[in-house]
Amino acid sequence: MDLSQSPSEQAFRAEVREWVSKNLPDGWGTPAFKEPRSFEERVAFSKEWEAKLAKDGWVGIHWPKEYGGRGATYMEQIIFHEEMARARAPQLFINFVGTNLAGPTIMAHGTEEQKQRYLPPILSMEEVWCQGFSEPNAGSDLANVQTRAEDRGDHFVVNGQKIWTSFAHVADWCLLLCRTDTTVAKHKGLSYLLVDMKLPGIDPRPLKQVTGDAEFNEVFFTDCVVPKEYLLGEMNMGWTYANTTLSHERGPAFLGHQIRFRNVLRDLFEAARSTVRDGVPVSEHPAFRQKLAGAYAELEIMRYIGLRNITSILKHGRPGTEGSVAKLYWSHMVRRMQELALSVGGPAGALDGEDAMGRGQWQRGYLMSFAQTIAAGSSEIQKNIISERVLGMPRGETWAPREKAAKP
Amino acid sequence: MDFDFSPEQYTLRDEARRFLEAQCPTTHVREFIDDPTGWSSALWKQMADLGWMGLPFPEDVGGLGQSFLDLVLLLGELGRAVAPVPFLSSVAQAGQVVLRHGSDEQRKRWLPGIASGERIATLAVAEAAGSYDDDGIACRFEGGRLTGEKRYVLDAPIADLFVVAARDGDDGARWFVVEDGADVKAQKSYDLTRPIGLVTFDGVPASPLEAAGLDPGLRIATAALTAEMVGTASKILDLSVSYAKEREQFGRPIGSFQAIKHKCAEMLTDLESSRSAAFYACWAVATDAEDAPLAVAVAKSYCSDALARLGGEGVQVHGGIAFTWEHDMHLFLKRIKTAEALFGDAAEHRERIAQLAGL
Repeated sequence: MDLSQSPSEQAFRAEVREWVSKNLPDGWGTPAFKEPRSFEERVAFSKEWEAKLAKDGWVGIHWPKEYGGRGATYMEQIIFHEEMARARAPQLFINFVGTNLAGPTIMAHGTEEQKQRYLPPILSMEEVWCQGFSEPNAGSDLANVQTRAEDRGDHFVVNGQKIWTSFAHVADWCLLLCRTDTTVAKHKGLSYLLVDMKLPGIDPRPLKQVTGDAEFNEVFFTDCVVPKEYLLGEMNMGWTYANTTLSHERGPAFLGHQIRFRNVLRDLFEAARSTVRDGVPVSEHPAFRQKLAGAYAELEIMRYIGLRNITSILKHGRPGTEGSVAKLYWSHMVRRMQELALSVGGPAGALDGEDAMGRGQWQRGYLMSFAQTIAAGSSEIQKNIISERVLGMPRGETWAPREKAAKP
Repeated sequence: MDFDFSPEQYTLRDEARRFLEAQCPTTHVREFIDDPTGWSSALWKQMADLGWMGLPFPEDVGGLGQSFLDLVLLLGELGRAVAPVPFLSSVAQAGQVVLRHGSDEQRKRWLPGIASGERIATLAVAEAAGSYDDDGIACRFEGGRLTGEKRYVLDAPIADLFVVAARDGDDGARWFVVEDGADVKAQKSYDLTRPIGLVTFDGVPASPLEAAGLDPGLRIATAALTAEMVGTASKILDLSVSYAKEREQFGRPIGSFQAIKHKCAEMLTDLESSRSAAFYACWAVATDAEDAPLAVAVAKSYCSDALARLGGEGVQVHGGIAFTWEHDMHLFLKRIKTAEALFGDAAEHRERIAQLAGL
């Protein structure tokens, strides 16, 4: 066991730290700074911030140098996310799908021509991507995608509906998972299309979520004509490719996320010190003190899990058992932390918006925490995967193809 | 970045598992469960022949010159086997306290016996106050003699060396070694696999260990306990998963029902998060990391809750069979529930976290 950092890792950390301290928006993190709240404000803000990152080569640092990345090592990626989180820098928003999902998938499975065409504009922020995966009847059962791409010789005709599609109404391109063969087993008839969102027959409609914001969209495809050259890789290989995409959803950002949750917990501790219940600050109230300390312990353990996971990936090229339970662990940890936060204020938890404790950040945080246990493989799907793949328990009801389901 | 054990440490783990499966099956453990002072001296002798007791001690006191980190996986295996031997108390707790707090001369006096297994040492910390904090210690040292009553002392009925937390004048608590004169009353332990006792010191000769304070010694002892707990819990999960695969109801294995599978997945999550916490705490105390006080409080508070929960779910997965004396599950469950309570329960360690985190 050795948790020390190499000199080159330390140097890289210093470089990121210096860049972020010099480049954060003026006033960022101070009470006077008006953080963007509505989706439109966030898009405008992140376009500017992410362009700044891109200009200095801090977007897609994990991409190989030949495609414009830095070819950053796994440790460097981890350090990058840690330092951005430590500075409470805005997270990648508008360009997340492009750099972390679409880009790596095209890199892995696209033709050379496709790589030349699509990859550079992602890093330069000229083109924004969205991910057309989930459908009303293909959530946990993703292979059940029904959006149809009918082969008409030199083009496809696409019909169907996608849901939970972030950025669809501002995106230039869509990484679309659709059905190209209806005669075979459901996971064998899927293909990936790279779809120009300006084509006729595409109608993105914002979906207002429980927080009142509209970050997601439903996207309707009606007789949308998609040229054949937009097919990614080979026909009917979509399920295999989708696993590449999903495998990039998590990874080196894990410890960075832990630091961001720690920032949230710090805010919560501060709220607990300044809120009085039964005549004492909540931070000294025995019932709450135990819960707050418990939240602190759980958050520390997320870091330890991350350290084991990184070690396993560096040593063996894959996560160990701790990796397979990591998502289940931290997603429920976040849920509990946000529940606790909402309870700190007692009756004040009944308010929202400007009058609420923390101007509504806890009310919003509580609702947003459900995203963690539902998105990217719900907890129930995680438990199926863990019990069958890690513990080797027998399959009961068929829920996904054994060999090809998304990896945890 | 390397937060993992070495190939040699894994090899020792594998050897230990093979050895304990052969020499310490639960049929052997059960030979001692009706006697509150029972323990396997035969197994202890075999372990001494393998050199296990000498592992974490320097060569000049008869040890093998390895570190506390070399004990972590071994403790897990002993916990997995609920081995009825005083390895945790003598080697991983009392021996480590003497190693870290004792002077050169004190180490040379007491460690060779511990490292060879000829001598059995144990820590005596908790008292009537029921806490492992400095505040909970009333035992006094005056004029070279120690007076007080210690409770929940693991392996007390078989120990011949007591390392005792007590106070000298108005200073904080520190460690004292008592060789003779302890009055030990064996008590019935909830954990059937190792003895426990009430120890009274009535003005007996004692020697203060050189380094003042209870830490790092107490922290190391607590981290060692979490490492052992993880091993016991891993056995509970393994038993539960194998049973769920074999036991059929409604014409199929109960392990094919999501109600059972999901429970097992949650148990694995509790196990792996606890294991991460225990390993980190052990690393932190072994290397004197800055966050060692926090890491130990995190590990013990979390393991106490999560692994006791895991133990309860293990019984539930088995159903009625685990409610019988004949089935082994209760041996493991009681070990976990006892460990949950000792060396600071979850609430005590969470209060420590609250203080360390500045609440």
